[in-house]
Amino acid sequence: MTALATPEFEKANEKNKRRQGVLLALPAYLYLVLFFAVPLGIVVVYSFATRTSTGATELSGWNLDSYGRLGDEVVRTILFRSLWLAILTTAICFVVAYPFSYFLATRKPLTRNLMLVGVLIPFWSNFLVRNYAWRVLLGNDGPVSQLTEAVGLGETRILFTPVAVVLGLVYGFLPFMILPMYAAIERMDWSLIEASRDLGATGWQTFRNVTFPLSRPGVTAGSILVFIPSLGAFVTPEILGGGRTTLLGSFIVSQFLTARNWPAGAAVSTVLMIVMLIATISYFRSGGRTL
Amino acid sequence: MKRKQHLRLVAAVAALAVLATACGSSTTDIATDGGSDGGNDGAVEAVPAAVSECEAGQTDGDLAMFNWTEYIDPELITAFEDEFGVSVTQDNYDSNEAMQPIIAAGGSGYDFIVPSDYMVSILIADQSIQPINRDAVPNIDNLLPEFATDLPFDPAGDYSVPYQWGTTGLGVDLSVTGDDVPQTWGLVFDPVIAAEYNLEGQFATLLNDPRETLGAALKFLGYSLNTTDAGELEEARVLIQDARDRVAAYDSDQYDELLVTGDAAVTHGYSGNFIVQFDEADDPDQFTYFVPEEGGTRWVDNMAIPFDAPHPCTAHTFINFLLDAERGAQLTNWNFYASPNAAAEEFIDAEVLEDPIVYPEDTSNLEFISDTGDFEINFSDAFISAKG
Amino acid sequence: MSSNKQLKGAAKNVLGFNAILVYIFFYAPIALLVLFSFSDDDLVGRWGGFTLRWYEAFADNEQVQSALTISIRVAVVSTLVSVVLGTMAALALERYRFRGNTFFDALLYLPVIVPDVTMAVMMLLFFAAGRDLLDALFGISFAKGVATVTLSHIAFSISFVSIVVRARISGMSQRLEEAAQDLYATRFQSFRYVTLPLILPGVVGGALLSLTLSLDDVVITQFAAGPGSTTLPVFVFGLIRRGVTPLINAVSVVMLAISVVLVVLSLVAQRARDGSAL
Repeated sequence: MTALATPEFEKANEKNKRRQGVLLALPAYLYLVLFFAVPLGIVVVYSFATRTSTGATELSGWNLDSYGRLGDEVVRTILFRSLWLAILTTAICFVVAYPFSYFLATRKPLTRNLMLVGVLIPFWSNFLVRNYAWRVLLGNDGPVSQLTEAVGLGETRILFTPVAVVLGLVYGFLPFMILPMYAAIERMDWSLIEASRDLGATGWQTFRNVTFPLSRPGVTAGSILVFIPSLGAFVTPEILGGGRTTLLGSFIVSQFLTARNWPAGAAVSTVLMIVMLIATISYFRSGGRTL
Repeated sequence: MKRKQHLRLVAAVAALAVLATACGSSTTDIATDGGSDGGNDGAVEAVPAAVSECEAGQTDGDLAMFNWTEYIDPELITAFEDEFGVSVTQDNYDSNEAMQPIIAAGGSGYDFIVPSDYMVSILIADQSIQPINRDAVPNIDNLLPEFATDLPFDPAGDYSVPYQWGTTGLGVDLSVTGDDVPQTWGLVFDPVIAAEYNLEGQFATLLNDPRETLGAALKFLGYSLNTTDAGELEEARVLIQDARDRVAAYDSDQYDELLVTGDAAVTHGYSGNFIVQFDEADDPDQFTYFVPEEGGTRWVDNMAIPFDAPHPCTAHTFINFLLDAERGAQLTNWNFYASPNAAAEEFIDAEVLEDPIVYPEDTSNLEFISDTGDFEINFSDAFISAKG
Repeated sequence: MSSNKQLKGAAKNVLGFNAILVYIFFYAPIALLVLFSFSDDDLVGRWGGFTLRWYEAFADNEQVQSALTISIRVAVVSTLVSVVLGTMAALALERYRFRGNTFFDALLYLPVIVPDVTMAVMMLLFFAAGRDLLDALFGISFAKGVATVTLSHIAFSISFVSIVVRARISGMSQRLEEAAQDLYATRFQSFRYVTLPLILPGVVGGALLSLTLSLDDVVITQFAAGPGSTTLPVFVFGLIRRGVTPLINAVSVVMLAISVVLVVLSLVAQRARDGSAL
């Protein structure tokens, strides 16, 4: 872009740009440091503290005992189950959301806006009420069971199974996949796709080599926004899974609330956050590079 | 004492932040200034909250109530507002465990809370609630003797005043089991009995609460539900684990609905909720509720005042107001939980007073859940592992 | 060639069919929810004939109304603030290089990663410590309430907004803005007339997401709230223990109706103005 610019100009420009960047970032930065990093620091401190016999937290006698809990077999079982269900949820959301977002992005602007809002409107009712509505839909003799019976598949008992949990999670998090994906696909340079077709590439080849890479940032963001909350979900597993499928989110809730063992809850959360942070950043980085 | 703990915490975080920014690559570092002088030595010393100097009927501002959802007749609130010229704001919680940390952290702004039995003892131990000034609550004499003293969680009755009580037991769909169903936890825990009464397959629900559900299993085994014996707890855990195939859900909220809709046939839950639900069923006689003969939980919710309540006198006056005979009865007539108020009995609807679900005839096999201290963690772990 | 066209047509049909299925999936529980808000039975799921009594109950229930108002207030304010801060952060990270952006990057992802209940505990402890600290240092005392709830919501919404906006900006060409600045547009002009329209779909998506998250949050709100700041989800969460009645459905339908009306109004307003992109 600036092949004609002198090195001095380049340098001044660079410095200027850096200052602009810092200025733009500053408000969010300050806000997050004060209202997120400091509170987070408090919880990290708690993870090294001790639970008193009443369940309060004694901020002295620092130790690593709470981290030892991570080695428990129960925790490992829950962890692997959560990972598996979260991956499954993310995969299903991707398969459903990609063609949907593509379709959405290729509509006329007005239709597109209407359709996009149409995706979000159900989510402005109430999270719990939606979950309970699913419970009715999936219940014994509920509409879904009646439907499968009518088409000859026989009665289904989905409620209180892992299938119901995944279904509930997909329902809850699908918009998190659709929004960033749509935002990325919609701004794609369609002339590149036409060019690919003009050069004789098949539909699949074009998708694989042009469309998908172009939409990659949306896919990356979407899958993070689905995967992570699925891992921490606890209301849906409880309502639709009947509490039979303990996931990581429920485990953390049980440590903080039921067991009133804050150091343990804090330790599990801290480890989870560190692992997920590293994974997220490297995932985004790799997503950015392959572009 | 709370403040000291907080300031020490801030100091620790500030140190952590400095450390993080020193190692990190950030340019704009925000040092959490101040507070470093709070990080002094010393254990947290126990200074009990002082008794509030209040007189009967005195108010010192509007009342901020933190209560279970739909646990008080709104007309009672209006009546209190009219009588004393204060306004009442109500916020709700859904479990003791969600309420306790909010109160314990300090600065909650609430004047009045309704913790259950075992939670009262925890709140007392952590000095999260203040002693009740009995002079400001003359109606306390209306309490039944058994609720006035000797409650295990607050032996002298210094910190809490009973609000309502109930039991935890089983709700059963008689159209599935037949009418002469035995009153035993074995309907859930014993495969032979379950089979005999058509309860195979996933027809049971258990409370999603370690103490209640392990407590039921412990009672079935003939132990105390407050055991701190690891061996007994393990037996109970195995029992729940083995019942997994017969349990549709571990649910603390919707067991009564699941029973009535036919999604479950035997459900573990709290007395008052079942009554409301049975009343609205097409055929109320299709369902029954009982505390199994092996025994079960009896719980009592209590009125208490947070240690830093902004308006403690209004709170005392409100407690006294609710302990009045007619108003105590109005509480029970509204939500069908039993009243600890002796004077209220004459005003309680006869059908409620005579309902064995509300007022069980024999309370000798019932136990309060008490806080087991460090052993709570064992309960929590056992329950998670039993659910799988 | 013709078979290729047929294939293209088929692909289009599949996409359209998929979209229809997605909407059925989204709206099936909503249909049930709306239906039972008119059911004359205390149990959701058991039809008891048509009634409007749940809407009457809503009109009479001040606690629900106040919870609804507070929810909307918190959602709108936290969305506005987090959209501005989140978009600025996204632009900074995608368009500029500055020291410390790795740290900032990490800080921005953390609110998405942190489990709800952990963040709730964080905010509880933070506001309690902050309160004591302000009191000890400056003698200022503040009470927990709508403000602390809003502050907490902004803290997680900023991240969601910035992730969605970044997905939009990432890899987008900067040629147009450069052209604008070459043509002596001020920095603000080039942002207002070039950058903003380009990133708008991402900004709108982020705003919608932030609104949804705020309207749905229970645990964080519960722990950050004080007297008189119960939001609708917190109120509903408590109600579940005493039995979900169609009153809750009626409240949800009212919320749906409000949002539909707002959406229609904004679309109409937009059409009147230009009729082009969002």
